Amino acid sequence: MADFLWTHVWPIAFIVIQIVVVVAIIMGLVAYLTLAERKVLAAMQLRMGPNVVGPFGLFQPIADGLKLLTKETIIPSGANRVLFVAAPMLTFILALVAWAVIPFGNGLVIADINVGILYLFAISSLGVYGIVVAGWASNSKYAFLGALRSAAQMVSYEVSIGFVIVTVLMCAGSMNITAIVEAQNTRFGFLGWYWVPLFPMFILFFISGLAETNRTPFDLVEGESELVAGYFVEYSSMTFALFYLGEYANMILISAMTAILFMGGYLPPFDVAPFNWIPGPIWFFLKTCIGLFVFLWVRATLPRYRYDQLMRLGWKVFLPLSLAYVAIVAGVLVYGGLV
Amino acid sequence: MADDAPQQHIKNLTMNFGPQHPAAHGVLRLVLEMDGEIVERADPHIGLLHRGTEKLIEYKTYLQAVPYFDRLDYVAPMNQEHAFALATEKLLGISVPKRGQYIRVLYCEIGRLLNHLLNITTFAIDIGAITPALWGFEEREVLMEFYERASGARLHAAYFRPGGVHQDLPAGLLDDIHLYCPRLLKMIDDLETLLTQNRIFKQRTVDVGAIDAKDAQDWGFSGPMLRASGVAWDLRKQQPYDAYADFDFDIPVGKTGDCYARYLCRMEEMRQSVRIVRQACEKMPDGPVSSTDRKVTPPPRGEMKQSMEALIHHFKLYTEGYHVPAGETYAAVEAPKGEFGVYLVADGTNKPYRCKIRAPGFAHLAATEFMSKGHMLADAVAIIGSMDVVFGEIDR
Repeated sequence: MADFLWTHVWPIAFIVIQIVVVVAIIMGLVAYLTLAERKVLAAMQLRMGPNVVGPFGLFQPIADGLKLLTKETIIPSGANRVLFVAAPMLTFILALVAWAVIPFGNGLVIADINVGILYLFAISSLGVYGIVVAGWASNSKYAFLGALRSAAQMVSYEVSIGFVIVTVLMCAGSMNITAIVEAQNTRFGFLGWYWVPLFPMFILFFISGLAETNRTPFDLVEGESELVAGYFVEYSSMTFALFYLGEYANMILISAMTAILFMGGYLPPFDVAPFNWIPGPIWFFLKTCIGLFVFLWVRATLPRYRYDQLMRLGWKVFLPLSLAYVAIVAGVLVYGGLV
Repeated sequence: MADDAPQQHIKNLTMNFGPQHPAAHGVLRLVLEMDGEIVERADPHIGLLHRGTEKLIEYKTYLQAVPYFDRLDYVAPMNQEHAFALATEKLLGISVPKRGQYIRVLYCEIGRLLNHLLNITTFAIDIGAITPALWGFEEREVLMEFYERASGARLHAAYFRPGGVHQDLPAGLLDDIHLYCPRLLKMIDDLETLLTQNRIFKQRTVDVGAIDAKDAQDWGFSGPMLRASGVAWDLRKQQPYDAYADFDFDIPVGKTGDCYARYLCRMEEMRQSVRIVRQACEKMPDGPVSSTDRKVTPPPRGEMKQSMEALIHHFKLYTEGYHVPAGETYAAVEAPKGEFGVYLVADGTNKPYRCKIRAPGFAHLAATEFMSKGHMLADAVAIIGSMDVVFGEIDR
């Protein structure tokens, strides 16, 4: 019996605990990202932001969450009820399961699988389903247009994200995410991270990430001034909250991926005394925060692309650029004798 | 394909855009027929904010009609009052003292700034940029305080009255306005850094909703909408009213007539307005602010305590009002949105027989279909934003 406990129950319990901890952390981050967004936007727009609920408005996310929980879930009469409810769940689940392969520190990862980056890519590609299903199930024209736009947009930008990842893979020589981070652990410190040799890809990845998460300037899926709210226009209460949480979890994920692929993940910028005392997860968190800040900064600064302009950018600019860079990197690696 | 294959009819998507829509600028209801993202037909429906202003004015004395003009284009209220005041003065045959004229010019230009700040920033929101609105509204607040200090109201001022303005400016206000001008210019520069050279902004506005000079005139455009198409027509220059002839300012004229040109025109007009505001503050003459004809404008309160005649004048003016000699006239001002005109028919009584209001936004909105046909949905939003429609004046 004790044997069974040791071989089956404890490992599973341990995994469940890991999952719960990671989900809790992500949810906490999402909650405070919403507050950070409002504070950062407020600062850029000459206003205060939330400052009433708790000190400096720190309890605002809790108040928001409570409000959404206590609202009525409205299901439109023309909607497909099953899909209408399933879509936000799908979006939310996909936003969370991706975190299974993200290393928060050396060895601090739920599943250190060898195809980690492929898994991430697959999960983020599935994200479009939640949106398309939501737009279709709502049976509303605005939601439908939003879903159509989103399908086109996410598919186009995933192609270039794919090629960007290929360049990183070629440099790192592995699809294991921990291995990708460790491959950036050179004696050059932060200059050895991939953002230097792959600088155009670094920028391209982040911009595609903006498109992938439907954020400004690519937020035409929910285009406030055109489609009111886009695919989730009919959603309310927790069904809406799940989309919202999913969107922000995806933002954090893209920032985390940028940190992992190009900014050395949990590595300290210099492997010398004061820097390597700070534990890896803190560095990882700080690097993710940089990405998140840029997300918010972009939102405060830029207008929105039009549908056809977005497509043109994706297919005619980003795709050739990333493709060319794949060829260049491959050439340099092979003929430069770096493999 | 075989001839007997069933015919498939593809129906265009009909979308009901508004009246409750964030880009509907009030209560515009636009029925869009769309082929995917392309707008095939845009049919604006109006009347959701119709209050019967013109008819109501027929039942009010001339003075009581003034506040209705605040409620037309509520973004720049005093500019509307101006047109009515000018029309009534023309019928009465009275003139406004210089100081009154200067105050009117000053506040008309503040109104223009109010209007353009609102329009440019909400236009930016329509394009997807959220920050300009919050910057712009910060300054609008200051400008509305100037309104408040002169008239007591931030919005519905009822300050320009036939014969002049209601009361003199409080001490120190002119200095404060003059001191404020550099700050506003700085804000306009800041706005430009966010928008003017922004590539996404340009991609969204250049060649969108372009209209050439001839079409613009045929559709009855006026104001920045007309000037952006290359027609140098501004009533402040062409038919100077009040003291506009005394001021030194330029009229920006666009070339392309697209949303971007309209945006640029409005930006430059704001700078020119600041120029006029500065000159008005510097050159403000002394003297009475409204006509001293006591049959039209009320006597000062102090005089009423002394003079029986003044008391009677006051009583008559605020009960019966003044009688305007029979006749008809048309007075137009260059309101921020374009030519705002009042066609006034008087029948010799104390109430207008007819008061037709010519709102510039009405003509602009009529061209929605012309301008947005064949464009994408997002462009239609940008076009409506650049037309500067306010439903108070369109629906009246």
